[in-house]
Amino acid sequence: MTGFYTLFHKELLRFWKVSLQTVLAPVLSSLLYLLIFSHVLAARVEVYGSIPYTVFLVPGLVIMAVLQNAFANSSSSLIQSKITGNLVFTLLSPLSYLEIFLAYVSASTLRGLMVGLGVYTVAAWFYPLPLQSLLWVALFALLGSALLGVMGVIAGIMSDKFDQLAAFQNFVILPLTFLSGVFYSIHSLPPVWQFLSHLNPFFYMIDGFRYGFFGVSDVSPYISMIVVSCCLVAISAWALWMLKSGYKIRS
Amino acid sequence: MTPAIEVRQLSKRYGKLVALDNVDLVVQPGEFFALLGPNGAGKTTLISILAGLTRASQGTARVMGYDVLSGYREARRRLGVVPQELVYDPFFTVREMLVIQSGYFGIRCNDVWIDEILQYLDLADKAHTNVRALSGGMKRRLLIAQALVHKPPVIILDEPTAGVDVDLRQSLWQFIRQLNLEGHTVVLTTHYLEEAEALCNRVAVLKQGRIAALDSMHNLVRSTRDYTLELRLPTDTLPPGLDVWPGGHDGCLHNLKIKDYTEIETVLSILRQSGIEVLDMRLLQPDLETVFMKIMETDTAGVS
Repeated sequence: MTGFYTLFHKELLRFWKVSLQTVLAPVLSSLLYLLIFSHVLAARVEVYGSIPYTVFLVPGLVIMAVLQNAFANSSSSLIQSKITGNLVFTLLSPLSYLEIFLAYVSASTLRGLMVGLGVYTVAAWFYPLPLQSLLWVALFALLGSALLGVMGVIAGIMSDKFDQLAAFQNFVILPLTFLSGVFYSIHSLPPVWQFLSHLNPFFYMIDGFRYGFFGVSDVSPYISMIVVSCCLVAISAWALWMLKSGYKIRS
Repeated sequence: MTPAIEVRQLSKRYGKLVALDNVDLVVQPGEFFALLGPNGAGKTTLISILAGLTRASQGTARVMGYDVLSGYREARRRLGVVPQELVYDPFFTVREMLVIQSGYFGIRCNDVWIDEILQYLDLADKAHTNVRALSGGMKRRLLIAQALVHKPPVIILDEPTAGVDVDLRQSLWQFIRQLNLEGHTVVLTTHYLEEAEALCNRVAVLKQGRIAALDSMHNLVRSTRDYTLELRLPTDTLPPGLDVWPGGHDGCLHNLKIKDYTEIETVLSILRQSGIEVLDMRLLQPDLETVFMKIMETDTAGVS
């Protein structure tokens, strides 16, 4: 337990020591999105019948911040440790692959949730939000954050250089996030795009998360929960296999 | 007695490149062991397999009786490795690094020992300095400190003095020698052969992934029966009869390569008969460097 806790704590310290960049900056950029989109679109769009666009947008931005930061944490920590070579300190220790996995993912999850809470707190102060079910909100924030934390572990292990990681971020994470309904309800899309959106696991995280606030969603939150949980299990199995086999880190 | 390190038929291949080829090696507890060889001979690969950083293609490796794969937790708790590269984590201070490293090994309160290592390695006044701000030599000492946080019985140092200035090298060796006297098994690789000769009891010379020589330092050095007899004579030409020995001269200082002590008498008697007075005479013993060069010249036929 001490081994896991130490690595977890080290990972927390790593981002907390530079929290201006790892926590406050993402909160600020989410709020800028909110300001700009609300200014451009608030008067024109209503979602689910009666929800003003800005209010609809807030949960989307919150979960997007959660996901992006959870991913950023494990992936950048791993790639930095690989490039500077200090990953060797973890590899020389008796930490098991499971402990390493849990420590990286927990720290990433926590950073995702912290940034999400930051965005929510500030945004809700400007645009008061309903809150139908805290349980669903917390569940999807947790599942989404963990899932992206695991994806960050995979991306961090697979990448050898910063630009490979950036490619993963720009060509996988960003499109999946932006096309998942952060900024819109997929009901407004043509049928083909609606169908494609249902293949995007990020859609279920955002949809389920939003359900917690409004009690309305594009699909049932139970389905979203099952889809996201299955994704989490599958991708965790992949990450654990990588760590266990020493893929790219124990040649 | 359980060997500190036991390697059996160990091989490592990277595609077609054979980094280690069927290596057998046993290091007993308490030994001060040198692993020598040119770059690419397989020293770091061998260390990496023992440390669990690299997986062997074939064969087994054990640390204090624990297999580095199936018993990796036990094996790693008993092993401290000082890596060759000057790696560090720029987010932390010296002390934080040591507390974190202790935690990885499951040790919660390690303050007393950490203070002691910091003192030993002359890092006490840098305890709260960010690692990034340390000089190269200090970073090297911090790496040694990190390898020692869990008091491992076996310590492996991969070129600990590479790029370290002379003063620091001396104090590092003193420290490592003390660790060995306290009972730690020390295995090191170095490019400075005279250091290995001064410190280590036993040597393995690796060449192209194989063990080309494995013996006590004493035997290994003796194995090259190449003494140099240095003579200062009043003349720069040797009398006839002495030119059968290979050698050379620098003015009146003559060098003769001899194989055996008994040849000295023959040389001296020839000089006496020629009426040449010997002004000064020295017998130069072979050193590790000579032996090393000799091993590297011969073909890779396992001498072990």
